[in-house]
Amino acid sequence: MFETLTDRFDGILTRLRSRGRLGDAEVNEVLREIRVALLEADVNLNVVRDLVERIRARCSGAQLSKSLTPAQQVIKVVNEELTSTLGGDPLKIHYASRPPTVVLLAGLQGSGKTTAAAKLARWFKQQGRQPLLVAADLQRPAAVEQLRVLGLDVGVTVFSEPSDPVRVARQGVAEAERLGRDVVIVDTAGRLAIDDALMAEMKAISEAVKPDYTFFVVDAMTGQDAVQTAEAFNDALALDGVILTKVDGDARGGAALSVKQVVGKPIAFVSTGERTADFETFYPDRLASRILGMGDVLSLIEKAEREYDSGVAEKATERLMKGQFSLEDFLEQLQQIKRMGPLQGMLGMLPGVPKDFRDAKIDDKDVGRVEAIIKSMTPGERRGVTVIDGSRRLRIARGSGTSTTEVNNLLRQFKEMQKMVRSMGPVNRLVNGAKQKPSKGKQKGSRFTPSSRGAG
Amino acid sequence: MVLVIVLVAVVVLALAGVGLVASTRSRRRRSGGTAPAAVARPGGLAVPTPTGQVPAEAALEPEAIAERPALRDRLGKARQLLGGYLDGIRGRAFDAATFDELEEALLLADAGVATTTRVLDDLRAKVRSGEVEQTPDALLAALRADLEAMFEGDEPALAFGEQDRPTVWLFVGVNGVGKTTTIGKVAARERAEGHKVVLAAGDTFRAAAGEQLETWAERAGVTLIRGSDGADPSSVIFDAVAHAAARGTDLVLADTAGRLHTKVNLMEELRKVRRVAERPPGQLTEVLLVLDATTGQNGLAQAKQFTEAVGVTGIVLTKLDGTAKGGVVLAIRSELGLPIKLVGVGEGVGDLVDFDPAEFVAALFG
Repeated sequence: MFETLTDRFDGILTRLRSRGRLGDAEVNEVLREIRVALLEADVNLNVVRDLVERIRARCSGAQLSKSLTPAQQVIKVVNEELTSTLGGDPLKIHYASRPPTVVLLAGLQGSGKTTAAAKLARWFKQQGRQPLLVAADLQRPAAVEQLRVLGLDVGVTVFSEPSDPVRVARQGVAEAERLGRDVVIVDTAGRLAIDDALMAEMKAISEAVKPDYTFFVVDAMTGQDAVQTAEAFNDALALDGVILTKVDGDARGGAALSVKQVVGKPIAFVSTGERTADFETFYPDRLASRILGMGDVLSLIEKAEREYDSGVAEKATERLMKGQFSLEDFLEQLQQIKRMGPLQGMLGMLPGVPKDFRDAKIDDKDVGRVEAIIKSMTPGERRGVTVIDGSRRLRIARGSGTSTTEVNNLLRQFKEMQKMVRSMGPVNRLVNGAKQKPSKGKQKGSRFTPSSRGAG
Repeated sequence: MVLVIVLVAVVVLALAGVGLVASTRSRRRRSGGTAPAAVARPGGLAVPTPTGQVPAEAALEPEAIAERPALRDRLGKARQLLGGYLDGIRGRAFDAATFDELEEALLLADAGVATTTRVLDDLRAKVRSGEVEQTPDALLAALRADLEAMFEGDEPALAFGEQDRPTVWLFVGVNGVGKTTTIGKVAARERAEGHKVVLAAGDTFRAAAGEQLETWAERAGVTLIRGSDGADPSSVIFDAVAHAAARGTDLVLADTAGRLHTKVNLMEELRKVRRVAERPPGQLTEVLLVLDATTGQNGLAQAKQFTEAVGVTGIVLTKLDGTAKGGVVLAIRSELGLPIKLVGVGEGVGDLVDFDPAEFVAALFG
């Protein structure tokens, strides 16, 4: 088993020392998977095409990453592209010099406009403003009543009258002026983009109130149609931003990417629940990784960077290679690794880990036992200074609640592991680059023969 | 225990590699602006389990650059969608792009990758076996026939129970799909068929939900049973069924609050509502999942979760009068066997039609 292990370590080493470039075949293979992932996330087909081409151009011939597999490297680029498409300059509300600042909401039926209106009102209040809500949806039964109830909930007055939407909107703004309110939020009826009459009405409302901000309210579970609808609304109204709703579900939210691409305006807010408090500013990186659906890969790499002290890791690896890696070092590393999450899942994510190991089953109990055994040792025993004789083994076994057999096994395997790693002598040079002198004379029977490994 | 030591060593080595580069690589760009001071950084969106598999590490090859055919500009093509693929494909000679175009039509209709792939693979097999001619017309016709066949045996009619007890139809779904509007339409339709109908205002959560359903009750000319706001929805439905039984009303349409299928406690509440709805004297014969035609692949998750929780018997597909095609119902039908019963095509009380597979499929392709 250890023989094959040595062979397999080559994979890691090859990667570590490789100066190669990302091959098109690898990129294409990953992009095929990415395409599927994005389509399953409801990103519009044409947006996916554009995105995939941009990524292909970016990755083609790029320098191979030393720490990521080619697949992970491409995924990282995709994530960055998604994040930058979704992000860009965030929306900053510039209040009108002559109040009130008028905010108009538009969107399809059921997208969550009325609830969003109340949430926005609450948000403006938190910003120290005095908003007025205008219920201009006279189409949906009890829509006005709904906004009134929500208005009570957030402590904001609601204006409406039983006339027509354009008039209500206009009167609403006048009322806001009369009451000295500095923000007015106009809720409108949901409407289909292809309904000419209702789209004309929407334009009329917009012309009547001359909004400072027109927000397009979109349901996070919207599918491919998001593009057509967004385009139509944008053509009619010149949108200023997007509010994404029902984000607390498990829809991947690809529609947001499509809409952002089409409208080119910021996603200003996300609605994350049914309560009026469930309203947040938008964080593009979170939605990006959700759309891509490969969050664990990214978060693990991130976590590894953040939590695994790289200086300690380098030193530990040095000592590991030189055969100076003690049980104390091992324990330290084990505990660091544990902080990053279950070992089981981690193996699958790390670059360079051979397939056999990725699929290996680790029982956290075993890890616990190993830890307990080492912890029951004295510092001297851990550092390999004190020879662990029979009576010490017995003591350790008792102290850790294990058996002397297990203690024996651990010590024996640890030695084996040290020997095997040490036999990969040339790695010292590779891992540490120019600053480390190659280790002396420890290259007995190394199965690592670079020349036989093919192009790297 | 054998593996633990070795695996930790592997992890250490691998992480050393990461660590080495981390210190030299520039930090990932943090995009987005600063959050306004008033809004605290929230706990975070749950990241659903990844559907994409990270492929096994590819062997590094020398620089062999695969030849890629030049991509055609598809954007203009997509805009012609509403004009119909029928025009684009018909009468043309078959070329490699034909299958691409069929794929595009299906994906843009929200059929999803899995269904699209399966359906087109089947079509390719039929072409290979000679069952279908390799012309665009024949392919399109065969594809449409295959898709229509997915709904074979489905009956759009809604089931009634025995005549001496009230039948109950429960309407469920996520927020904003059109449950209440649909109930209004169904009430009007069933009343026109000669049934005595009562509505149960089982949405006791949403602001003014009772008032909304009240308006529909008036429009349809039927009675509404309401509780107080925040009342237990089950008790409202229970009352409605009792009322119906006492008056010989043969149909109770029960509304429920919209809820995301991911909310465990709300789905638990819905389970309870169902249990109450099927108690005698009521006969629960339909649990209808109302689904918005603009919904993407999440529709399948909705269907699965609601079915698992309350045993959905059929789908009502709403807002099909828009530009969305509702293709996700193909996956729902094929994976869960759920029939589409009704289709909503507008906000008016009469805007409700029976599901027709042929019409639906024809509309998928413009």
